[in-house]
Amino acid sequence: MSEETTIPTRAAPPPRAVPGTGAVRVHRLVALVLDKPGVLNRVASLMRARNFNIDSLAVSRTDQEGLSRMTITLHGDDVAVEQAAKQLYRLIDVLKVQDVTSDPTVDHELALVKIRATDANRGELLKVIELSKGRVVDLTAESVIVEVSGTEGETDAFVALVRIYGIKELVRTGAVVMSRGSGSIEEALKR
Amino acid sequence: MTMTKGDSAKPPGPGGEAAAGETAPARVRRSHVPADGTEHAAAVERAQREMLHEGAAAASLPVDATAKARAPRPRIGADVVCEAVLRQGVDVFFSYPGGVVLPLYDVLGDHPELRHILVRHEQGGAHAADGYARATGKVGVCMGTSGPGATNLVTGIATAQLDSIPMVAITGNVPAALIGKDAFQEIDINGITLPMTKHNYLVRDANDLPRVLAEAFHIARSGRPGPVHVDITKDALQQETNAGHPTESEVIAGLPGFRPNLDGHFRQLKTAAAEIMAAQRPVILAGHGILHAHAEAELLAFAEKTSIPIAWTLLGIGAVDETHPLAFGYMGMHGWKHVNRAIQSADLLIAIGMRFDDRVTGNVRTYAPYARIIHVDIDPAEIGKNVAVEVPIVGDARRVLKALTPMVEATPMEARRDYLDQLTGWKKESTASSWHGSGAWRDGLLSADYVVERIGELTDHEAIYVADVGQNQMWLARYTGFRHPNTHISSGGLGTMGFSVPAAMGAALGVPGRQVWAIAGDGGFQMTSQELMTLVQDRIPVKIALFDNKKLGMIRQWQEIIYGGNYHSSHLMGPDFLKLAEAYGVPAIKATTPAEVDDAIRFAQGVDGPALVWFQIAGEQNVFPMMPAGKGLSDLIETWGGSEE
Repeated sequence: MSEETTIPTRAAPPPRAVPGTGAVRVHRLVALVLDKPGVLNRVASLMRARNFNIDSLAVSRTDQEGLSRMTITLHGDDVAVEQAAKQLYRLIDVLKVQDVTSDPTVDHELALVKIRATDANRGELLKVIELSKGRVVDLTAESVIVEVSGTEGETDAFVALVRIYGIKELVRTGAVVMSRGSGSIEEALKR
Repeated sequence: MTMTKGDSAKPPGPGGEAAAGETAPARVRRSHVPADGTEHAAAVERAQREMLHEGAAAASLPVDATAKARAPRPRIGADVVCEAVLRQGVDVFFSYPGGVVLPLYDVLGDHPELRHILVRHEQGGAHAADGYARATGKVGVCMGTSGPGATNLVTGIATAQLDSIPMVAITGNVPAALIGKDAFQEIDINGITLPMTKHNYLVRDANDLPRVLAEAFHIARSGRPGPVHVDITKDALQQETNAGHPTESEVIAGLPGFRPNLDGHFRQLKTAAAEIMAAQRPVILAGHGILHAHAEAELLAFAEKTSIPIAWTLLGIGAVDETHPLAFGYMGMHGWKHVNRAIQSADLLIAIGMRFDDRVTGNVRTYAPYARIIHVDIDPAEIGKNVAVEVPIVGDARRVLKALTPMVEATPMEARRDYLDQLTGWKKESTASSWHGSGAWRDGLLSADYVVERIGELTDHEAIYVADVGQNQMWLARYTGFRHPNTHISSGGLGTMGFSVPAAMGAALGVPGRQVWAIAGDGGFQMTSQELMTLVQDRIPVKIALFDNKKLGMIRQWQEIIYGGNYHSSHLMGPDFLKLAEAYGVPAIKATTPAEVDDAIRFAQGVDGPALVWFQIAGEQNVFPMMPAGKGLSDLIETWGGSEE
């Protein structure tokens, strides 16, 4: 039988898509995990081994005893991030994973910024902080520590604004995120 | 996208194992080795005593030396380990003693129904547990001490992880108070095994041991199987405890994050059925998941109802009897050309329990270009990982096939006559160019594929065949002719050289009624040949077919074809393997021509115990066809100038 008849008589198809090669965007995953020693290590190790890059990771307790919550921010195309979520799900200590990237969410992080301050510019700096809804939590002759919270974009804007005064130190928690509305990932877990 | 771990799913039936809640039946010790009292057994024992310098006065083997009267004593963590293993229906484990596991060795004599195999290297122990698991479907158990004992297990654990083998690897660790102090033989083995196990534990309190070990076995065998590592501190092994063993339902309740989804989604099944009814050129791709799920009968029922040919992956060998009319062949890098050709021209692939490994697909962009894909796997993470698919179905292969078969209309072979005739034509064409036409054969040299075929024939295709890694593995996969599930054992994912002899050891202990053949190249054999002594000491009747081409054959093949003939370090010296075998007390024979092959195989079969056949095969034989790494399934190399092929 000739080669022509061996193949369906359609035109040559386009190359098969390779998973993980689509458009990259920032994703947020929320994971509920058992509060056990080593869980953070398991999550971090998995992300490293599977070649996913974590932008930020925030971990805390939840209202339920024995249950922790992770907010993981990472870059990747939709398929790759879905793969990351599925790999997380394979961990015995992970109970639930949700990609909330496309959901309406409240999306906040907290930052502490230690800014250089002099007698000459302190007044102006405090005015800028006040206008930016920052909160002064420490004040010395040479510096001021400001607490700001909001979206990562808002933090970026504030940091850019005060950079001219001189940033001595900066720490950001990374985003924590919660879906808007009455739905609850913790309640969903109980059902 | 939201995922929740379902809560309705129950774990799969414990394939032939005693349920954890029941008491394991008492087992007769050593039922699976040549009977005591036979002439051969006596001869082996004499040889053993001489070798062990025990002299004629020694009354028994060292393994029985612990059978001395002991005062009643409290139950300790080490007893819990023995009980937990026996409760799972596992009666043999593979281990090597060391400082921190001595508490366990101190109580082993009190659990005589648990057989301990003293391996010569922990890697051998891990592979043996792996081979035991693959041959029996039970969970394999291996153990080692802390530090080097534990790190020696690592290659074996990784092998089990990549092939989804149910295994519990137990290690001792230094006393809890010394952890983190760089104590003697201390290493963070939990940190090492974390990325290569399904789950792992560190136990510091003997009261946790029953729960942890029951969880470990449950996780290892349920859903997609895999290895679980349990690290136990020395003081936990010594600690007194009255903690009882949990029931299976208590174990499940304690693992809220482990709820494998077993039943395929109904809507997806309906979509799959519609795809199957519409397809003109469908091919079933059967993987290891068929064997794990014991879905061989369901696979055949589905294929026969729909008249769809079955191709299989390396680890899917045995999912279907190769002589069945719909059994089409082995796919992938060294698979049959007709099979790869069918995949490349298919309009529907029904992939069941396989993971589109790069050795199966080659270049994904050109893989099965005309095909839509139905992908059934129990692990959601496998779906869409390597290849984008049209119909994903998460579930156990057996349950999915059981649900799917009634949903498709029967299609008689007659309705697919043109398609099936074309495939049969391709098959005839591609199988005709096997060893019978090879240059090695023409030159009167021993052609490895011929030897493999003879081993298959002379064992009536009823033995268990354990491959090493490299050319021998591919020859075995292609030419043996497999009829039954779990009779082909091969390190597919990790490709661990040195796997065959120790894995065959585990298989032989697990399935005492079957002949077990290890097929090893001279490279792999020299990696774990120390286990010959274990075979002798524990009288494990493994037959070894040693394929000696004095080369690292697959390396040499790649160097010839891909690296322009730059043969660096692929020429391998070996000892006189007859003398080596003799030194260990293993009967051995040499075959250098095709005429000697049958007698050599029969010689090994006639030995009541381990035996070795040294096949001196052609030095430069290649495995064809071959898909070069990075190329596609349509880019097979079938001949190469200058080689003996």
